[in-house]
Amino acid sequence: MIAEPAHPMTARPLSLDEDSLYTCMRCGFCLPACPTYRIRQVESAAPRGRIGLMKAVYEGKLDILQIADHLDLCLGCRACEVACPAGVPYGHLLEQGRALVAAARPLPPLVRFAYNRILGTPGGIRLANWALWLYQVSGLRGLVRRLHLLERLATPGLASMEQAVPPVPSPLRRARRPKIYRPLSGRRRLRVAFFTGCISDIVFPETNDNAMKVLAAAGCEVVVVPGQGCCGAVHSHAGEHETALRQAKRNIAAFEKVTYDYIVTATGGCGAALKEYGRMLAGDPEWSERARRFSAACRDFSELLDSLGTDTLPRRPLHGTVTYQDSCHLRNGQKVTAQSRKLLQAIPGIRYVELPESDRCCGAAGTYAIFQTEMSDRILDEKIEKLKATGADTLVVANAPCQLEMIEGIQRAGLANRIRVRHIADVLAEALAPNAGQPETDRSREVNMRTK
Amino acid sequence: MKTEVLRELRSIVGTQWCLDSPADLIPYSYDATPAYQHVPDVVVLPASTEEVAAIMKVAYSHRIPVVPRGAGSCLSAGAVPLQGGIVLAMNRMDRIKEIDQENMTATFEAGVVTARLHQAVEAVGLFYPPDPGSMATSTMGGNIAECAGGLRGLKYGVTKDYIIGVEAVLPDGRILRAGGKNAKDVAGYDLVKLLVGSEGTLAVITEATAKLLPLPEAKRTAMALFRDLKSAARSVSRIIANRIIPVTLEFMDNATIRVVEEYARIGLPVEAGALLLMQQDGPEAICDRDIDRMAAICREEGAFDVRRAHNAEEESALMEARRTALSALARKRPTVVLEDVTVPRSHLAEMVEMINATAAKYGVLICTFGHAGDGNLHPTCLTDERDREEMERVERAFDEIYDYALRLGGTLTGEHGVGAAKAPYLEWRMGETGMDLMKRIKEAFDPYNLLNPGKLFGHQTRRRVVVRS
Repeated sequence: MIAEPAHPMTARPLSLDEDSLYTCMRCGFCLPACPTYRIRQVESAAPRGRIGLMKAVYEGKLDILQIADHLDLCLGCRACEVACPAGVPYGHLLEQGRALVAAARPLPPLVRFAYNRILGTPGGIRLANWALWLYQVSGLRGLVRRLHLLERLATPGLASMEQAVPPVPSPLRRARRPKIYRPLSGRRRLRVAFFTGCISDIVFPETNDNAMKVLAAAGCEVVVVPGQGCCGAVHSHAGEHETALRQAKRNIAAFEKVTYDYIVTATGGCGAALKEYGRMLAGDPEWSERARRFSAACRDFSELLDSLGTDTLPRRPLHGTVTYQDSCHLRNGQKVTAQSRKLLQAIPGIRYVELPESDRCCGAAGTYAIFQTEMSDRILDEKIEKLKATGADTLVVANAPCQLEMIEGIQRAGLANRIRVRHIADVLAEALAPNAGQPETDRSREVNMRTK
Repeated sequence: MKTEVLRELRSIVGTQWCLDSPADLIPYSYDATPAYQHVPDVVVLPASTEEVAAIMKVAYSHRIPVVPRGAGSCLSAGAVPLQGGIVLAMNRMDRIKEIDQENMTATFEAGVVTARLHQAVEAVGLFYPPDPGSMATSTMGGNIAECAGGLRGLKYGVTKDYIIGVEAVLPDGRILRAGGKNAKDVAGYDLVKLLVGSEGTLAVITEATAKLLPLPEAKRTAMALFRDLKSAARSVSRIIANRIIPVTLEFMDNATIRVVEEYARIGLPVEAGALLLMQQDGPEAICDRDIDRMAAICREEGAFDVRRAHNAEEESALMEARRTALSALARKRPTVVLEDVTVPRSHLAEMVEMINATAAKYGVLICTFGHAGDGNLHPTCLTDERDREEMERVERAFDEIYDYALRLGGTLTGEHGVGAAKAPYLEWRMGETGMDLMKRIKEAFDPYNLLNPGKLFGHQTRRRVVVRS
C-alpha cells in the first residue's frame, strides 16, 4: 500500500532526529491533550500519528510531501509534550519535519518575503509598522474591507485577524519610547534587558510599555536593547531554519552590548523561542556558549515578577471578574503556569475564576490562524464557549497572538462589549498605585548602558 | 482493497470517515506494543452500531479481516492489523447514553474514554473502580475487550466485575444484545462475561452497561520503605492475612526506585530494597484504622521508614513516586517492554527475585513495580528495539519469566491481554484442552477468522524453556 519514496535512501533526511522518533512509545497519552485530534478524531491529526508519519519518512516509507498537510494541521502548541510520559521533544521534531517540507516545497514567494525580508530584519519590522499604520489611517483599510480584498487575495484567516488588530499608534511614538525605566523605589534590585518582540510591539506597543513600568515598580531597572529583531519563532515553526538562526545571532549580539541580570519578554511565544537559542546553536563553536548564556538569562515577564514576590508591587484595587488563558508556549514550552495566576489573584478587588481548559490552545498558534483558518476557527469557537460560561468580563492573556485571536473570537461572537481581552502586563499596570513606574525620560542615559 | 469495497464502506460512513491514503493508514499500523507494525488497507470510523453492522456485513461478504481499535494503547499488540484489512476505529462512538442513579448503572458507547466515564459518574457521587494506567486515553470498548485492571483491582476487581450488559456486532453483521441492568441474571450462558476479555476476536463491542458503586467518602495514603524485598512481601501477606483489603497496595523494587529517584528527585532512598504504597478508601474512621494497622504491620516487618499523608498535598507527594514511575522508566531507554505476569500474592518475593536474577543472567535492565496486593507485577524491560541482539536476550529472559510464573501457579498476563505478543505462549497457560475449546468458541462466533486474526491463537506455540527451580 505504501508508495515508494520519491528519492530512496539518498534522500534520507538527516535532519529528523532518530533518537527522538524512537523515544515515542506510542502509548497515546498525547491524544486527549491534542486540540486537532479532538476535532478531527483521526490519528494522523494527533501527535502520535504525526510522529509515526515522520518516522515513516525517516525510514523511507513515505515522502515528506505525503505528510506535509498533516504537519501543517498541527498547531505546534506542544500540549502533547506535557502529557508525554517518555519526554518526546515533539516541538523539535515538528520543526525538523517542517524544515524538510520547506526544502521540498518552498513557501509561496510572498510568504517567504514576509518572513525573511520583513520580519527577518529590524528595518523590515519598522517598515511593517509604518505600513500598518498608514494602512489604518489612510482610506486603504476601509477600501480593503469593503472589497473583501484580503479574503480574495490572501486568506479568510488573515482577513478576520485584520479586523481584530486595534488601531496601532504612530511608529514615531514607538521610536520616542524611553530607553530606560528606572526602579520606582530608588533601590535597584535587578537590571533587566527587555525584549520587545516584533508583531507584538507593532500591534500592542503599550503592553510592552506597561510591562516595563510594572517591572520598574517592582524595583527593576529596565533597558530597551537597541538592535534587537524578531525572536525567530515564526521562522522555526515554518521550517525556515537558517533565517531563525540569523535572528538568534542578531539578538544575542545585540544583548551582549548591555549588562543585565535577566532578559525579559512579555510575549510568551517569543520567550519560548529565546530560551531555545542555547539548543539551536549548541553545535556552533563561535555561538554555543554565547547562546547558552543568553537563553539561561531569559525569563517571562510573569516568571520574573513572581520571583520578586507579589508583595513588591504598590497596588490599588480593580473591579470585575477576571479569567486567564494560558499562552501555549509559555505553559508547555516555558512551564510558566502558576506565576501568572498568582499575580492576578494578588490584585485586590477582583474576582479571579479559572477558565476551564485554559491549558488548551486558542487557535492562534502564531501564523496558524492565517493559514489553517477553518481548524483555527473551530478551536477558537470552543474556547469562546468556555469563556462565556465563566461569566468573566476580562480575559487575561500573556502572548500577543493569543490576544489578537481572542479579540477576533469575541468580536465574532458579538461579545465585544461584554468581555475585554487584556495582556497581564496591562492589567498589572492598571493595578499599580498612581504615579508608580514612571519612566526615566533622560534619553542620554542609554549611553551608560554600554558597559561592555 | 477492491474499489468496490471502498465504495461500499464510503457509502456507509461517508468519505470523510473512510481513510485509505498511505499517510492516513500508517498511524493505524501500530499500538503501544513495541516492534509490532502492519499497515491496514483501510480505516473506517463508524458513528453507530448500525454502521458497524453494515461494515461487518461488507467485510463478511468479501472475507476481509477487521481489527477493532479504541485508543490504540494496547500493550499486547491487540490493535495491530497483522493481516491488513479494515481497522475499525471506534473513537467516534463516544456518547455516555445514561447514568441510571436508581439502578446504579452507566450505559455508554464503546469509544468513551475511561477517564471521562470516571468524571461523569463521580460528578453524581457514583464510582466506576477499574483504573488502568492508560485511563486518560483508553476507551471503555478497549478496556472491555482486554478486561483492563488497574491499581484498585485488589479491593474492587477488574473490568469484568463491572460490565453487566453489552451490545456487540457479530462477524456476519448481526447485532447481539446480552445482559442488561439486572444485578442477577442466569438466563443462558453468560455471553457478557465471554465477550469481556475476548480481545476483539469474537464480536465488535459497540455499547455496554456497567454497574456502579457509591463513591467512597474518604481516602488515606501511606508509604513504607524496606531494606529488602522479602520484608515488603511479608508485609503484603500479613496485611491481607489480617483481613485488611486496601484499595491499593503498590510495590516498587530497588531498580525502579533508583530510576524514579534519578528522574524525579523526590527524596526516595536509593538503597531501599522495596517500597510499598498503601491506600484505603471508605468511611474516614475505617480508612484511618486500616492505614494505622498497615503502617504498624510494615514497621513490625522491618520497614525503616513509614510515611503517612495527613492532607491532600502530602498524599499527592507520596503518590508522586508511583505517578512518575512510567515517565521515569520511559526516559531511561528508547524502548519500554511493559509486561504483566501475575502470581498468587504469596509468591510475590520469589517471583521478583527470579525476575532480577534473570535480568542479570541475560544482561538486560528490568525494573519491577506493580500491584502487590493482587500479585500483578509489571516487570518493565528498558531496552532499544533497534538492537536486535539485545532484543533477543530480552525475549529469552521473558521466556523464562513466563515459565516460572506459570510454575508458581501464576499467569502470563494479568491485565494487558494476550494479543499477538503472548499468543505463542498461551498454550502454556491454557493447555491443549483449553486451547481446543477456545478455538471452537472462536469458530462458533467467527467461522472465517475475520475478527482480529493472529491474536490469541499463535501460528505455533513457543517451545517451553526449562528453568531449574
